[in-house]
Amino acid sequence: MVVLQMTILLFVGITGTAVVFTRDPVRQVVGLSFYGIILGLLFFILQAPDVALSQITIGAVALPLMFMLCLAKVRRDSEQRKRQGKSAPRREAA
Amino acid sequence: MSRRVRQSLFIVSALALFGVLISAAREMPAFGHFYGAYGELLNRETVYERHVTDVVTAVNFDWRGIDTLGEESILFLAVIGATLLLRRQASEAGKSNNDDSRDDENKTRNVPLPSAATRVATLGLVGPLVVFGLYIVTHGHLTPGGGFQGGVVLATAPLLVYLAGDLKTFKKIISHVLVEAGEALGVGGFLLLGLPGMIIGGAYLRNVLAQGTTGNLFSGGMIPLINLCTGMAVAAGLISVIYAFLEHTLELRLQGKK
Repeated sequence: MVVLQMTILLFVGITGTAVVFTRDPVRQVVGLSFYGIILGLLFFILQAPDVALSQITIGAVALPLMFMLCLAKVRRDSEQRKRQGKSAPRREAA
Repeated sequence: MSRRVRQSLFIVSALALFGVLISAAREMPAFGHFYGAYGELLNRETVYERHVTDVVTAVNFDWRGIDTLGEESILFLAVIGATLLLRRQASEAGKSNNDDSRDDENKTRNVPLPSAATRVATLGLVGPLVVFGLYIVTHGHLTPGGGFQGGVVLATAPLLVYLAGDLKTFKKIISHVLVEAGEALGVGGFLLLGLPGMIIGGAYLRNVLAQGTTGNLFSGGMIPLINLCTGMAVAAGLISVIYAFLEHTLELRLQGKK
């Protein structure tokens, strides 16, 4: 049991560090989802199935989804702004 | 402030924090040892006092019910705030209809439909997931889980429909009036369930119903009812937030499909 706990704790450390050191936001979100699952496993091993249940659904599904949607929205907004910025001088020239 | 000053400031404060953390960790109880008197008391007495086998749920929805009501109000307010911030502004509405070039671009960027295998697998999982979520909500007082956990599981069920690429059905599910009604009924029901305790002459959220036989589905008095309300509020709240986030993307995708 102790070995299992140590292993999972080690994995939590590794995945958490990996999330921090990932620079690309989209990849970071995927890593975050993985980290959420490992953290849920840790809660389960430490005999907190209640917390593990919500951690797995929130940490591995809901939170990454929110981040993905935010990233998509930010990306679309910046693309739109870029396009408007490009079309504005053209209008001036015409 | 120059870079060097900032760095030295960071190193000093990081070292100080490290020292404080080490000294705090040395005073902590050993790993896996618990010295809380309340925990042992609750573990010993809850099954006899409340006829409930999941002590965590009993703590959440009975012993400290008002705290949980506060937590649920936080969630409720967060949902209201998010949907208010992300609502479609008048300037945004109909923009996508006028701007033809943008529409074309979205058509080309349209994500291809998932394969038949993905559709069958994900849509087949929707039913079991809903049943599992309902099970967790209704058996919160018997097995690990409860309104919060079950509600979250229930809220992820429509996402499977989204993953299967069935956008119209997904939009129909998550923009339904029932979602808003469920949110209101869940939070309002929790609030109202506290009143009988006051009327009978105890305290707010006092467990006044008959407690039944330990281990039965209908036991624990008010705990399963409050669980049900919480499950409804959490599921509906999360779905509303997801809808608020997805609304814009979804409109464009649906238009691109026509």
